[in-house]
Amino acid sequence: MEQAPPDPERQLKPAPLEPLGGPGAVLEAAAGEETEGTREDSSGVDTMTGNDFWLKKIEISVSEAEKRTGRNAVNMQETYTAYLIETRSVEHADGQSVLTDSLWRRYSEFELLRNYLLVYYPHVVVPPLPEKRAEFVWHKLSADNMDPDFVERRRIGLENFLLRVASHPVLCRDKIFYLFLTQEGNWKETVNETGFQLKADSRLKALNATFRVKNPDKRFTELKHYSDELQSVISHLLRVRARVADRLYGVYKVHGNYGRVFSEWSAIEKEMGDGLQSAGHHMDVYASSIDDILEDEEHYADQLKEYLFYAEALRAVCRKHELMQYDLETAAQDLASKKQQCEELATGTVRTFSLKGMTTKLFGQETPEQREARIKVLEEQINEGEQQLKSKNLEGREFVKNAWADIERFKEQKNRDLKEALISYAIMQISMCKKGIQVWTNAKECFSKM
Amino acid sequence: MGAQGGAGLAAAAGGARTAGMDGERLASGSSELAVGESPRGGAPIPGGSGSCSLMQADVLDLDEDEDDLEVFSKLETRRELEAPPRNHYWSWVLTHKTGKGWTKDDTLSLCLPSTLPTILRLSLCSKDASLMDMNSFSPMMPTSPLSMINQIKFEDEPDLKDLFITVDAPESHVTTIETFITYRIITKTSRGEFDSSEFEVRRRYQDFLWLKGKLEDAHPTLIIPPLPEKFIVKGMVERFNDDFIETRRKALHKFLNRIADHPTLTFNEDFKVFLTAQAPELSSYKKQGPGLLSRMGQTVRAVASSMRGVKNRPDEFMEMNSFIETFSQKINLIDKISQRIYKEERDYFDEMKEYGPIHILWSASEEDLVDTLKGIASCIDQCCKATEKRMTGLSEALLPVVHEYVLYSEMLMGVMKRRDQIQTELDSKVEALTYKKADADLLTEEIGKLEDKVECANNALKADWERWKQNMQNDLKSAFTDTAEENIRYYEQCLATWESFLTSQTDLPLEEDSEDKI
Repeated sequence: MEQAPPDPERQLKPAPLEPLGGPGAVLEAAAGEETEGTREDSSGVDTMTGNDFWLKKIEISVSEAEKRTGRNAVNMQETYTAYLIETRSVEHADGQSVLTDSLWRRYSEFELLRNYLLVYYPHVVVPPLPEKRAEFVWHKLSADNMDPDFVERRRIGLENFLLRVASHPVLCRDKIFYLFLTQEGNWKETVNETGFQLKADSRLKALNATFRVKNPDKRFTELKHYSDELQSVISHLLRVRARVADRLYGVYKVHGNYGRVFSEWSAIEKEMGDGLQSAGHHMDVYASSIDDILEDEEHYADQLKEYLFYAEALRAVCRKHELMQYDLETAAQDLASKKQQCEELATGTVRTFSLKGMTTKLFGQETPEQREARIKVLEEQINEGEQQLKSKNLEGREFVKNAWADIERFKEQKNRDLKEALISYAIMQISMCKKGIQVWTNAKECFSKM
Repeated sequence: MGAQGGAGLAAAAGGARTAGMDGERLASGSSELAVGESPRGGAPIPGGSGSCSLMQADVLDLDEDEDDLEVFSKLETRRELEAPPRNHYWSWVLTHKTGKGWTKDDTLSLCLPSTLPTILRLSLCSKDASLMDMNSFSPMMPTSPLSMINQIKFEDEPDLKDLFITVDAPESHVTTIETFITYRIITKTSRGEFDSSEFEVRRRYQDFLWLKGKLEDAHPTLIIPPLPEKFIVKGMVERFNDDFIETRRKALHKFLNRIADHPTLTFNEDFKVFLTAQAPELSSYKKQGPGLLSRMGQTVRAVASSMRGVKNRPDEFMEMNSFIETFSQKINLIDKISQRIYKEERDYFDEMKEYGPIHILWSASEEDLVDTLKGIASCIDQCCKATEKRMTGLSEALLPVVHEYVLYSEMLMGVMKRRDQIQTELDSKVEALTYKKADADLLTEEIGKLEDKVECANNALKADWERWKQNMQNDLKSAFTDTAEENIRYYEQCLATWESFLTSQTDLPLEEDSEDKI
């Protein structure tokens, strides 16, 4: 797997400390090591043994979330949540970590960071952010952004995002990313100064390219189809899962009503009383066990959601390719027509309709000098065009090569992560069944003692 | 009069295993019980006293001595009682430790768990057809006291039945006026009083209603099993919906079998006719019975007396009443909760059906995850099936039982009312006596009869109450235990599925990893 040639302006120079080996060594390490640090627990221990640009192990964690009020752009009061990002460097072998940086960021700043990365690293499948608003909720979960459970899950999602970026062999070296983690004030201005918004391809241009491109690389076309399928199937799955969760919640909670009634009934029964009372208690236990079960399932749903959003990132890379390819094709077409024009002028034949041809007919032939001048201009243009075409071609091929490398990396990551998520789902189900067996066995014992 | 008393009884029960066959003739005034081959039970019966009093006879007062119990694992004993004095009849009250009890006024057949000590109490009760709300139209009613033969069978298998009833094969009948369903009732029996050993008849719901009415009339303070409701108000208007018919069929089956198991009701004549008579016979039989006017008279009296309210309800019936009230509340709630659980499980099942196939769909676009995804899909589908099984289990084990007891609790309230009515009649006559000095003699006689009636009614209820409570505990206990068992099985099944999936997934990576390490 190879790296895109780092843009010296955007990439960081190695830190003052001695690098482990030259830049080449770091690259190799990056190639081998990979995303061990991505899926960690919420404390966010991420040992980037080769991918770090500080050349020491670092840990990133989004450790807290806090409600804040402030004034927004139109000077109105608003409430938002801020997240505390802590970066620790782990000294040597004893694993002691020292807090190097800690600052607060809000969701919109994360968005800004990501948009920046999308513009400057179009060949990279940029990790997605957790959802802005709660979707695929089942009835018990609120769709309120201020809801503490939602905030908590978002905190985990944001941490995951940072870890993924930090462990990406290319993205981790980005200066703006580094500043995001280290420079609280002024960061927004710094990002905006890069002028990345201007560099972004317009949606319209991209759409146009998608329709008109003639010969995109087939792999990207397939990838686009794949990402559409992925998105559709995961959305469907999440929707049904939410409904199943809803129903399951109902089944468990209704059993809780038994508890109260059994207890009241036991008051009038002599022999059955004890059995009823304790059975009722177990029904209560059963009913309340669903809360934890479904909370775990939410984490599973979040893991799937990440890949739902990754589908969009994949499509972004495909779009970029299409755009470049279209650009290339247009440039080649332009060049071809200019060459033709030149030829026609030189030979005096008019094979195709042209304005020049028309005006010539109307206003008479031009003088040989004029013709010469025009041919000269055209030839210059042709030259330029050929140069441009060459470089565009090169760019295009570079892009395809790098993008495809990242896509391969992404595919492996996806397979690993999804498999792990699906297995964790099975583990959750097993735990749920075991709890169920225990509660009902206890209840049965109570019933049989009645 | 020999008062042999308890000691004599014990001795008789424990000691004598001499061969004495049946047919011991009682000396007047004492009742003896010959049990098995030998023992004589003797009990004091104060000689035929006035028609107003109840004579207590304690027969067969068994202690928990094992010897006594062994005796009762032997088979038959037969006893003949001296004819009761004019206007009296024998009433048996059998109670044993768990409180199962009942009364029977003509023949007596007992099935006793052999492990329980038993007391058989004979009472001499006054009989007056107009005061007793008994069904006096049974042709079996002995007009000659001498023909009363009391048989006591002790059987070592408590549930050795001699009457087997099934209700099945619902059929729809269409006439010009109406459409209705009949159910086939097959009865198999070894009892002598039935003309044959097997009967097959068709009955419709109305016939069941008639039977229930007759039983209630004959035994106002016995707990008659409940019938399934006429209509289910919510949801189903369609009376001929398959599920409704099946549920009703099962409930009717239960109804008849409960009657058959009831020590008193099982010998009811109307019950026998119901089981054996073909349709036309039954119609003409139904037309006999108290005329409409006399029934109306009874109803009016009943309503009037219930309006007056009961002043002196004995304590035990106060307790009973309050139990019934609370029980009724709770069982109704449990019925609602259980129905709701069924509904939620059904909804869950419906959603689950869609859940598995999505994973299969997904596996079509993921080459590397095919096995995992298909595995999960298959697990989900299996859990789905297990859920369906659980639902079915719930609807068979729990819902019908709980619902039956909802209906029972309504029945019980009716029984309490009827008991109260009987008492009110007595109370009002007593009151009348204190005010109207005239007709004192007539009133006193009536009061005497009413007192007997009240006593009988109370005893009947008490005994049946104990039996009912025992059944209720057993039935609900097994219903809930079965439900718990269903749930355990459900979770065990799901657990096995997921665990086997997990092992299949976590074994493989060992191979995959080694391939990837290049």
